[in-house]
Amino acid sequence: MTFFRTTAALLFASVVITPAFAQEIDRPECVAPAKPGGGFDLTCRIAQQGLEKQFDGPMQVTFMPGGIGAVAINLFNTTRTDDPNAIVAFSSGSLLNMATGKYGQWGANDVRFLATAGTDYGAVIVRDDSPYKTLEDLMKALKENPGGIVMGAGGSVGSQDWMKAAILMKSEGLNPRQMRYVAFDGGGDAIAGLLGGSIQVYTGDVGEMVSHLGTGEMRILAAMSDERLPAPFADIPTAKELGYEAVWPIVRGFYMGKAVPDAAYNKWVEAFQAAYKTDEWAALVKDKGLLPLDLSGKEMDADMKKRVERMTGIAKEAGLIE
Amino acid sequence: MDAVFSGLASGFEVALDPFNLFLVLAGCFAGTLIGALPGIGPINGVAILLPIAYGLGFKPESAIILLAGIYYGAEYGGRISSILLNVPGDAGAVMTTLDGNPMARNGEAGKALSLSAIASFVGGTFAVVLMSFFGPALASYAIHFSPSDYVALMVFAFASLASLVGSNPVKTLLAAVIGLMLASIGIDANTGVARFTFGIPDILAGIDFLVVVIGLFGMAELIHLVEQQAAGTLKTLKIDKSFVTMKDLAFVKWTILRGSMIGFFIGILPGTGASVASAVAYGAEKRAARDSSKFGEGDMRGLAAPEAANNASAGGAMVPMLTLGIPGSGTTAILLGALLLFNVTPGPLMFQQRPEIAWGLIASMYIGNVALLIINLPLVGLFARMLTIPQQFLTPLIAVLAFIGVYSVVSNPHDLYMITLLGVFGWFLRKLQFSLAPVILGFVLGGLFEDNLRRALSISGGDWSILLTSWNSVILYILALLVIVVPIVVGRMRRSRGEDESPKAPA
Repeated sequence: MTFFRTTAALLFASVVITPAFAQEIDRPECVAPAKPGGGFDLTCRIAQQGLEKQFDGPMQVTFMPGGIGAVAINLFNTTRTDDPNAIVAFSSGSLLNMATGKYGQWGANDVRFLATAGTDYGAVIVRDDSPYKTLEDLMKALKENPGGIVMGAGGSVGSQDWMKAAILMKSEGLNPRQMRYVAFDGGGDAIAGLLGGSIQVYTGDVGEMVSHLGTGEMRILAAMSDERLPAPFADIPTAKELGYEAVWPIVRGFYMGKAVPDAAYNKWVEAFQAAYKTDEWAALVKDKGLLPLDLSGKEMDADMKKRVERMTGIAKEAGLIE
Repeated sequence: MDAVFSGLASGFEVALDPFNLFLVLAGCFAGTLIGALPGIGPINGVAILLPIAYGLGFKPESAIILLAGIYYGAEYGGRISSILLNVPGDAGAVMTTLDGNPMARNGEAGKALSLSAIASFVGGTFAVVLMSFFGPALASYAIHFSPSDYVALMVFAFASLASLVGSNPVKTLLAAVIGLMLASIGIDANTGVARFTFGIPDILAGIDFLVVVIGLFGMAELIHLVEQQAAGTLKTLKIDKSFVTMKDLAFVKWTILRGSMIGFFIGILPGTGASVASAVAYGAEKRAARDSSKFGEGDMRGLAAPEAANNASAGGAMVPMLTLGIPGSGTTAILLGALLLFNVTPGPLMFQQRPEIAWGLIASMYIGNVALLIINLPLVGLFARMLTIPQQFLTPLIAVLAFIGVYSVVSNPHDLYMITLLGVFGWFLRKLQFSLAPVILGFVLGGLFEDNLRRALSISGGDWSILLTSWNSVILYILALLVIVVPIVVGRMRRSRGEDESPKAPA
């Protein structure tokens, strides 16, 4: 029974304690718009642990799955538009959804972008015994027969996983519609598909490969970043340096409701800025498989809107939207 | 093999540490209760308690042992409300209602609870033993199971479930079609197009399996109870002190073994979990039974098979997680997240880098299974007494618990409307003499079937012959054919010998 008493006491405490940080932010909450265990969960954990010192009370993480963030953005545009306590995790996938109209009427101007947690980059991954030793090998084979290589990832056609494969095709002047793309239910299943030989190329993320790098089962042919990444990825060439204009950053961050008062919004910005300066933050971001990207406030809001614009352009080129 | 034994030895050292042992027991006990509550299953149980385990500052191996205990306990506990209340405690316990609840209504609640506890124990232990000795080999088998093999597996599942077609095949098929239709709601996994969402963002990701189970089964059952109560036709049940006997166990021993095997092998496949495992085990058992007329009316085999299977699959799902770092089910996905939270990287390297966690976890599963059996058997009497709670108290209590359970997962009020709506719909279906199990199975299997068929076809570029290219598929198709044909042939032979055969409808 001790266990239950402790549990109950903890739960009770988390409800009752009201932190003295600011009057507006008395119960900080991070909404992960997905089921537990995924990327949004991880993003919220970064806020939870990284901002621990900035707020007196523990930050709560709640889950709100549905349409890769559609349910959350809908809620924060209908009932919780001015909630000063809650931040919502988002990723480049959410930005892409805004760009392609997957969130219905809600777009980049319907939220207040707050701060970034970090960034990740797309990666072109093959099995260790793959005949494609370099990205050039793969691209040459793709050029010869665009439909001859089976690619796959954890998202549907039109998702950012598909976009990674699509811009790779575009960088060689190939039509993305010609590629053979298999949509799995999440990155884990896609990795299983790659290891099991169902697909030959997996367009995943650099960060998720940390746990697989040492096993010698898979190889990263190229990272889809502008420049070489720091260790342990320093040896991985970028697609760009190999001559393919295929860059896909995956930003992870948080937004708030559109009508949140400036005072509360600024408190949050300050909290993030204070956290960015600490070594713990840097270590935390690295532990979670992300690379540092410290943007907050107006600067961040503008940057995100620019990204959405850029994605709208790419989506048009790829034939996703008219 | 030596490595396995020395690994296990070191693992038991970790797991038998008094504090960790306490956590295993606490986790199992909490998990049993969590699983017994309708609406809260292993996934949300683990998800809800994960931050607490993290917040208490446990060592990683202790925290993961606690969470695994909860996972295990919840798989055990799911059967309790299935049997007693006809409300599945979680998604994997749907098949348990089919024969478990009729047994309780026949005054054999104690027997049903104790028998299913033993079936769960055997299933769970079977899985852990296989996992510790053949984990890596099994994992490499599991990942070579391609989308086209999944298609074959689903065909086999549908074939073995043909046994559910009762006296009214049309209604059974219609029910399955309703399930298929529900499964097609939401963003299409392949093309990203929203289907049948009518602009409602809350169903863009599809309807959650839990919502369907709680709505169609749980809420419909509650409405049914209220109706009976209003009409005054509700029978109060006597306290029953029945318990499973050695004779009963001897009767179902092969059933439990078959259920464990089916459950384990389906469990290790990433993408299929306890619900598919228990459904296939039930269907196969009914198909294989010489006399299946009692299925659906309280046949012990119909209870033992799915219970052994869903616990075996819970263990099986750990295999790809521990050996490859790929989650085999929703719950293991959360455990995987938990490991990452503690900066432990699951996968083959874990056994070298953090053996205390890998082997400690495995050893704690052995202990957890024994602990669950010990916890569950004496509690059978207590749980069985739940049936004597007057309905006017019990019904609202279950309703409240189910609503809280569903809301606690995703905190989206829309799901509450959804379970209410599905509850009314399910009640109408019951009024029209539809059985609800085919709806659920259509929902689960249909979604998997469609996704994998389209994956297979996009791999082959639209060439259907990919469905027959691997031995896995061919064997599964042959098994599917046998499962359909053999009972018919056997039935004919018996009839020609003048035996009487009268198939009965499932409940």
